[in-house]
Amino acid sequence: MARLGIAGGMIVALAVPYLIRSDFWLGFLITVLLFAAMGMAWNVLGGYAGQFSFGHAAFFGTGAYASAILHIGFGLNPWLGLAAAAVAGGLVGLVIGTLSFRYGLRGSYFALITLAFAEVLRILANTAEFTGGGVGLYVPLKVGVANLQFESKLGYYYVALGFTVLSLGVGWALERSRLGARLMAIRENEDAARALGVDTFMCKLQAIVISGALTGLGGAFYTQYYLYIDPGIAYGPGVSVEILLVPIIGGLGTVFGPLLGSAVLHGAGELARRLVGDAPGLSLIFYGALLVIMVRFLPEGLMGLVWRLSRRRERAANA
Amino acid sequence: MLDPVILLPAAINGLTMGAVYALVALGLTLIYGVLHIINFAHGSLLMVGLYGAFFLHRFGVDPYLALLVMVPALFALGYVLQWSVIGRASHGSDQNVLLVTLGASIVIENLALYFFSADTQTIDTPYAIAMVDIGVALVSLPRLIALGASLALAAILWLLIARTDLGRAIRAVAKERQGARLMGIDVDHIFAMSFGIGTACLGAAACLLLPMFYVSPHIGHVFVLVAFTVVVLGGMGSFSGALIGGLLIGVTESLCGLLLGESLGQIGIFLIFIATLLFRPSGLFGSRLS
Repeated sequence: MARLGIAGGMIVALAVPYLIRSDFWLGFLITVLLFAAMGMAWNVLGGYAGQFSFGHAAFFGTGAYASAILHIGFGLNPWLGLAAAAVAGGLVGLVIGTLSFRYGLRGSYFALITLAFAEVLRILANTAEFTGGGVGLYVPLKVGVANLQFESKLGYYYVALGFTVLSLGVGWALERSRLGARLMAIRENEDAARALGVDTFMCKLQAIVISGALTGLGGAFYTQYYLYIDPGIAYGPGVSVEILLVPIIGGLGTVFGPLLGSAVLHGAGELARRLVGDAPGLSLIFYGALLVIMVRFLPEGLMGLVWRLSRRRERAANA
Repeated sequence: MLDPVILLPAAINGLTMGAVYALVALGLTLIYGVLHIINFAHGSLLMVGLYGAFFLHRFGVDPYLALLVMVPALFALGYVLQWSVIGRASHGSDQNVLLVTLGASIVIENLALYFFSADTQTIDTPYAIAMVDIGVALVSLPRLIALGASLALAAILWLLIARTDLGRAIRAVAKERQGARLMGIDVDHIFAMSFGIGTACLGAAACLLLPMFYVSPHIGHVFVLVAFTVVVLGGMGSFSGALIGGLLIGVTESLCGLLLGESLGQIGIFLIFIATLLFRPSGLFGSRLS
């Protein structure tokens, strides 16, 4: 049944661009997919392993800069740049993870240190020469599939779709793997997990590397899509916040939560723009309020609500 | 490059900036250090205080006089925020507090952006550029006042926590919530009081900051991570630690700026933060964490 649903969803997702034929809505869907994929990346670390990162921009920005610099400076093909960005994001994850987990940082301390790392990288990117400093980097326009640049948004849509399928697939596989079970044990009670012989350091490290690699991939896609990156976009707190909002709204530690969360979050932002007009900060007011409301009334996210409703219907059917 | 003629004024300049950081961090010491409420909205609440003092100045109220209004006003805001939003939405979990205060800060900051636009604003006061000659360097008067005020504020907070019934109740709640409740302490009220007092400190900091700083919706970003750094560096819950930590951070930033260039000055702060978290999470003056 679930498989049928997923197959149906895939067919719809593949056909959607031919059904809506609107550049604006295609752009909207690309944003939804991109943040669904990166939200899943955050979910690997935050949702399954329970380690809340407030600095995923560190991975996003590194991926974005890695692909841009390698392409502009060394002529690396952007498709390979995607892989390079994943490696770079994973490496940053390795460094941050090794340092913070080795010294046993948890909870708010972990959140703060990830934020601090992202800030350090932002300041460095602002001053260093090879990142273009505060001006940022422009990726030269060379339209062609081989260059990962497309004439219409259609191409970007399918790349974003592929990225989302990959990311959700990682989550799906994680849920069924030994690592996933161990991460969830760490989330529920780290000391108990260690007492049962789980190598908590290695497990958390694997989680942050996977998370960093996927987020770095998202950063590279962002650069190719907008053909521009600067320190504020790459390492600013805005990206970190948007990435973490998605799985929290959708449902922590679930495979489809990030997709649902991203759709609702960006849908709400778009609705706000339609209702009140485009003003600076407006969609963010909605994002912030949504976050508070979700934590207050639906701490399990929208997936929790879906489950609750379906369970109620089952019970009604059985009675 | 290490000529004392340049270094000393830079260090003193950093010291006075550090006093400002200490002012902002003192409130957070109570909120984060004592009660472990990870308040990401600290910077945005400072911004609210700055805008409050800024608009009062438009009506002809001197920023130092505005203290009388802004301190109670921000106390009330903090009390209500903790009592009605943060306390209720967090369901007693640390990670939820983290998210709720983050959400609150996003809302506050962007409301300011929506209503006041992104322009940075400053006020003109006759003493804004007044300088005091202290022998080795010239120090701006508002910064000197901030230094004195941060010492006074630290002393007041210490007295409040160590010597009053309210302080005793706050410490009891921080140590053992359930036990405190059984002794008849209204825990929710004490949490809201602590949060209110912490935000009231921001009201004071805002009034003292305004003559020498600017106001913009995003000004909280400048301070929020610095404030956490000061609290962690000084040792959780230690007011003297926050004071010394703040001064230390100010000097570090100033000297890093001098040696590495202005734009890299802040990096010293974050590297200290990371190093403190990794190697000495109990801070310079805090007791060892269990």
